[in-house]
Amino acid sequence: MAAPRYRAAGAELLLVEPLDMFTAVFHRPSGITHLLTEPAPQILRALADAPLDAGALLARLSREFDLGEPGDAEAMLLARLAELEAAGLVERV
Amino acid sequence: MRYRTTLRVGPVGFRIGSDWRGPIAAVEALYRDYPRAEFADFSVRLEAGQPWRRWLRPSIHIGGDYRLPEAAPLPLAQGLLAAELGMNLQMALGHRRHVLLHASVVARGDRAIVMSGISGAGKSTLALLLAERGWRFMGDEFALIDPASGLAFPFPRPVSLKNESLAAIPAGRVTGPLLSGTPKGDIRHVAPDRAAIAAMDEPARPALLLFPRFGFPSAIRPLPPAECFVRLTQASTNYVAMGEPGFRALTRLRAEVPAVAVDYPDGEAGIAAVEALWAAL
Repeated sequence: MAAPRYRAAGAELLLVEPLDMFTAVFHRPSGITHLLTEPAPQILRALADAPLDAGALLARLSREFDLGEPGDAEAMLLARLAELEAAGLVERV
Repeated sequence: MRYRTTLRVGPVGFRIGSDWRGPIAAVEALYRDYPRAEFADFSVRLEAGQPWRRWLRPSIHIGGDYRLPEAAPLPLAQGLLAAELGMNLQMALGHRRHVLLHASVVARGDRAIVMSGISGAGKSTLALLLAERGWRFMGDEFALIDPASGLAFPFPRPVSLKNESLAAIPAGRVTGPLLSGTPKGDIRHVAPDRAAIAAMDEPARPALLLFPRFGFPSAIRPLPPAECFVRLTQASTNYVAMGEPGFRALTRLRAEVPAVAVDYPDGEAGIAAVEALWAAL
């Protein structure tokens, strides 16, 4: 079975306000404000243009960030994706 | 209702009705310099729980467009407090034209300081002291931030001073009766000076966000952006209800206005800190 691919909620659904180490994101469909820390805003940005699976997302983020050991990084990424998916900020395609 | 009055505070009109004359007389005395409301945004009702309770151990149930079912009734002698709590309740639960921040606001010219803090942080006393030194008093309960313009609109209700703050009442002010034994101790309401009431249709641009704390050694700390934004959302009584305009208003306020946490041990130190921060803008 192919790995699931993820994409960020459409830009028209989000208001994004970078603050400092946090980024405030207002999700229009739910009316909920989320306060995100790294690497969640970067995940949203990476998934904004086209859907990626976790492996491709990890490869892309690894070019910008030191995400630590590969196994740990993948587990962390899947945990963040699950949180973002639960919040409605990311969906599977 | 049997007795009623209307009044307007800034952009908000209230209709207050009561089963007794006393609370209405107290409201009209305290608000004697305020205009009557042409229409009411909110109604407040001061009601007897049962018909016979108008006379027999009379106690006031606070009602209105919005009410808290669990709110305890107040004795008739505290009718003014009941009316004030009723107006606060309508604003906190029902007002949608502005983003509400639990804050006091003072202004010089058309620029304002918004001072946000929990009850007891000293924001009311600080606003009153600043008003005595030439600042325009714009309110001590709610800052009304217009989502479209970002301006703060005055809401200069009377200040409710409690316990040790009662000594801070300026001379010559219209005051309510001393209300003893309320749930918050001894309270007296103090109307703003006439100039503040006369200017209550003139908004001001927020120029400084302060988060004061009374009773601590003097300290000043600029607030990082995320902490400021979170504190603003926590200080707002209608942020969630306002939805996207609320988010836009508070992110704009955070981005445009410097924010500082100020600890101060006493009123004089607080005034000095505020004046120094203002001078440095």
